[in-house]
Amino acid sequence: MNVYADLPLLQQGIHTLAALVLVSSFALLAQSRVVATIQVFAWQGFLLAAITALVAWETDLEHLYISAALTLVLKAFFIPWLLIRQARKLGILREFDTIIRPGITLMVAVSLVIFSYNVVLPIQQFSQSVTRDAIAISLALVLISMLMLITRRKAITQVVAFMSLENGLFFAAVSATQGMPMVVELGVAFDVLIAAVIFGIFFFHIRDSIDSLDVGLLSRLAETDE
Amino acid sequence: MNTLIIWSITLAQIVLFVTLAPLFASWVKRIKCYLQNRRPPVLLQPYRDLRRLFAKEIILATNASIIFRIAPYIVLGTMIMAASVIPLLIVQLPLAAMADAIVLVGTFALGRFFLALAGMDVGTSFGGMGSSREMTISALAEPVMLVVVFTLAILASSTNLSNIVSYVLNQELVFRPSLLFALFALVLVGIAETGRFPVDNPDTHLELTMIHEAMILEYSGRHLALLELAAQLKLAIYAVLIANLFFPWGISQSVTPVALVLAALALLVKLMVLGILLAFGETVMAKMRLFRVPTFLAVAFTLSLLGMLSFIMLEGR
Repeated sequence: MNVYADLPLLQQGIHTLAALVLVSSFALLAQSRVVATIQVFAWQGFLLAAITALVAWETDLEHLYISAALTLVLKAFFIPWLLIRQARKLGILREFDTIIRPGITLMVAVSLVIFSYNVVLPIQQFSQSVTRDAIAISLALVLISMLMLITRRKAITQVVAFMSLENGLFFAAVSATQGMPMVVELGVAFDVLIAAVIFGIFFFHIRDSIDSLDVGLLSRLAETDE
Repeated sequence: MNTLIIWSITLAQIVLFVTLAPLFASWVKRIKCYLQNRRPPVLLQPYRDLRRLFAKEIILATNASIIFRIAPYIVLGTMIMAASVIPLLIVQLPLAAMADAIVLVGTFALGRFFLALAGMDVGTSFGGMGSSREMTISALAEPVMLVVVFTLAILASSTNLSNIVSYVLNQELVFRPSLLFALFALVLVGIAETGRFPVDNPDTHLELTMIHEAMILEYSGRHLALLELAAQLKLAIYAVLIANLFFPWGISQSVTPVALVLAALALLVKLMVLGILLAFGETVMAKMRLFRVPTFLAVAFTLSLLGMLSFIMLEGR
């Protein structure tokens, strides 16, 4: 039980940051203001970059520094900036998104965390990596982002949820296998970047066709007039 | 002989706790006044208020029952009992074995129950409103408190407050996410339970916002003095809990005069810093609408739950 206290401070720091990432995913889930959602997403990217840099320091893997720098630039600064700019253009920056049944959503999220801990337990016991305890958190991050995707109504917060899901996958790669091969990582990073731009174009298309970014209205669209 | 000394120190500690509690409330008020460009009252003002209230006659409503008259004594009694089990200057005093952290939560609940009953007893609408609000908030705050206690109990393998404090004190420098989240959760619960900003306003009798003041609106004289003292004691208890559970450095583990003086100085510094932080927080925050309070406590609950989960997931190897 006391083994945790014997870990080097750097690894304890990684664990603490990993727990903060989990908190940020809960904050994303519960935050209803559009601008605050994007800001929390930026913080999540910043925390992930910090974790990646610490893991790189701990394991002496140079390519992780590049991933950390990419994460910092793209997910902590560029994509949030892009999203905020688009939200401002659409005039929804100060708006609120409705969250469906916040209490139940919260409980579901907590049970998702427990679920992913139990699922990951066998992997954790065979892994040698310094961050093996964080694998459960990365899986929880993916699942909570999926939950956020289905509990949100506005297209822009759904995009944030999607990006946060990608954060979870990236975190899983870092914590389970110390990062993916550089080619894959670069590819994914640019994919996400392109996705952010394309989503931006789609926002305008959705608004033009249904006069709102509330995707609930999409279900009323029909091919024929009855 | 040795037991006699230890017991007298235990008693002295309780007396110290109760007599210095108004001073902490006064300190917070003083810092708040400075931050808001007002002139603060003298530091001993709460004692003057208490003396004045004790001297005044008690005016009872004609339909006040026995509950109304005994409630102040029970409320203050539960607070003094809570104060007696919390390690203030020394850990492992004999009274610490009397009650653990779960009993502490129960003790708070007992006091709150009688306060709520007393609020409803006379039958005024304000009292009933205050009681109903208080019970709403406490029903949401109590689980948070318990989860925080459980997190600490798993960590230290004991629910006894003295054991937890010794455990945290004796570990080397460790970043524990669980302790971090438990600390934040306990701060939020403490704010809600002691009726501070942004949940309740301790200074006003504005009818739409008050919770604690609404329950004790019908009280006067000695009864009011006891309830005021109980509220100040509760604030001090939460402050000491936060200071000693999470930052126990300086607390004495042996009964020597030097260690005691050091412990007293450390506690003074910790409480002064906590008071400044509380006053600062109260100055920058606006009071929340009552219907937002459940959200506030949901945040606290999530944090406490995440504290426990992150202990199991990250630290329980």
